[in-house]
Amino acid sequence: MNINTTKIISLLFFIFSAFYLYTAYQIQVFTFDENAPFNARTFPIYLGYAGLFFSGLKLILPDPNTIKVEHRSLEYKKTAILVLIAIIYGATILKIGYFLTTSLFLIASYYFLGERKWILMFLLSFPFVAAFMYLLHGVLDIYLRDPFLQMIGVMG
Amino acid sequence: MIEGILIGLKTALTFQNILMVMIGCFFGTIIGMLPGLGPMTAIALMIPITYGFDPATGLILMAGVYYGAVFGGSTSSILLNAPGVPGTVATSFDGYPMAQQGKAGKALAIAAWSSFAGGTLAAIYLLFMAPSLSKVSLSFRSPDYFALMILGLTAIAAFSSKGQFIKAMMMVVLGLMLASVGQDSLSDITRFTFNNMNLTDGISFVLVVMATFAMSEALTIILKRNDPTAAAKQVSLTELGSIKIDKEERTKMLKTIPRTSIIGFIIGVLPGAGATIASFLAYGMERNLVNDEEKEKFGKGSVHGLAAPETANNAACSGAFVPLLTLGIPGSGTTAVMLGALLGFGIQPGPRLYVTNPEIFWSVIMSMYIGMVILLILNLPLIPYIARILAVPKNYLIPLILFFSITGIYVMSFNNFDIYLMIGIAVVATFMRLYDFPMPPLILAFVLGGLMEENLRRSLLLSDGSWTFLWDRTLTACILATTIFIIGWQIYKTVTKKN
Repeated sequence: MNINTTKIISLLFFIFSAFYLYTAYQIQVFTFDENAPFNARTFPIYLGYAGLFFSGLKLILPDPNTIKVEHRSLEYKKTAILVLIAIIYGATILKIGYFLTTSLFLIASYYFLGERKWILMFLLSFPFVAAFMYLLHGVLDIYLRDPFLQMIGVMG
Repeated sequence: MIEGILIGLKTALTFQNILMVMIGCFFGTIIGMLPGLGPMTAIALMIPITYGFDPATGLILMAGVYYGAVFGGSTSSILLNAPGVPGTVATSFDGYPMAQQGKAGKALAIAAWSSFAGGTLAAIYLLFMAPSLSKVSLSFRSPDYFALMILGLTAIAAFSSKGQFIKAMMMVVLGLMLASVGQDSLSDITRFTFNNMNLTDGISFVLVVMATFAMSEALTIILKRNDPTAAAKQVSLTELGSIKIDKEERTKMLKTIPRTSIIGFIIGVLPGAGATIASFLAYGMERNLVNDEEKEKFGKGSVHGLAAPETANNAACSGAFVPLLTLGIPGSGTTAVMLGALLGFGIQPGPRLYVTNPEIFWSVIMSMYIGMVILLILNLPLIPYIARILAVPKNYLIPLILFFSITGIYVMSFNNFDIYLMIGIAVVATFMRLYDFPMPPLILAFVLGGLMEENLRRSLLLSDGSWTFLWDRTLTACILATTIFIIGWQIYKTVTKKN
């Protein structure tokens, strides 16, 4: 039996909605609120049923606009690397600081996307991030936490 | 009203706010010209910058980005037949043939003047309509608001993705589910947090917008091996020709602009409809209204055919602000992003905004007009130069989009968890985009989730748990009947299409 990917996504959404609904019923409300016309679990319960309804409908009804994706033409490797770099960036930004991690994130992303013009890569990382930091921190007064710059005494 | 206009002018004409409109228009034009990156991405990327401003300035900046993005979309439609945003698809029908005839400059000028006139007329309609609508909407009660929100969500699902209504409704439900994470607003009971303290305050709106638009668009470009900047490289090589419009063309535009601005504005006001439908409807209407000789020219470089969608899509952009400013209910994904940003500033748009924050209400309306003037004066002559800026290779563009997205979340929460959550949502959104699951309904639902629950809570408590509140008032019943009709019609279309 051939099931298209949209139907599989709908099935996953159906399961997700069922889980959401189950969790909604588990929400602990205050005793005096238990039989109230509306409590903290009322809206989520309706949402759970709505999710089941629409995903169920998508599963049952014919799919006149079937989407076919040519997976072989997709660039999974570069996308995965980029996501991985972003995760590493997210993991280190607080400990090392905004300036260094962001600049390194940009250089790594440029590199893995195939760029090799090192001067341009440098200009669009360290000086660019410094200018952006100045705009946020210096001009717009938006606080940026940066232990690295604090450690070397650049940032107060 | 005169007093309000003066307040608005005073706020909008400060040096800082004029500068923000200029920056917004310029930045929006650049993003709008890139196929695939529309106004929502442009506005989402601007949100972190707006944190440093007061609400009026922040909203003025975002409004400038919105108009700039629509204008930028027209430019790529005309020069490359590659609309940057869906609202400018109809522009390419006659704009691109005109450009191919060596009249690209003229086509751009007609588009710019039509956009200017459409936006200006719509700003005037808004000027007169919004205060009266605000007064009318004060009579709205919780059941009406609840029904209106359901209608808005259904309408955006029906219109945002052709033939994908059920998928869009699934995204609506997903958006509402995401909005339900965190503390319940009344009882403070935590929901769906799974004992994770980071989720107690719920999922941030900026996080969801950045993940589903900016970040997932960047990932989609890499995944699909698209190069949005390739188009821009061609633009810089294009010979634009003269931007002068002759008397005959002016006469044609003068006939088209007033009528299409009205239709554009009305469509813009309707929830979910927006610039895309407005431009197509205006194009179709104009084709029926002109004489046979002009009708023949449609699709081959007609002035009417170019002016109509351009006027209508800009008028619709202004019209979309009506439900946002008067009811507090956004009618489109873009205005939903603006609502989210306003809520972030601690401002609740709605009928009371007119009374409590008149400077915001009026300065936004006045800045729309200023934005139009700036687009006309600055952007039109600057198009070839903007196009050159755009010729930045995608290898630089994509990391920069990711950088802006992650920075947006970082400055907001200083929390690793939020960055991981954003990346996770972006990956899921990228995968869902591949299968045509539309994102604007998710954003609108996410923004409206809290308000919807609040209004349902009030309605149910007032009616002692009975659902009769849905048909007790004529207005509520009418809104709900329209919603049921849309859902029924869309499901009927899905069923019959196959058979």
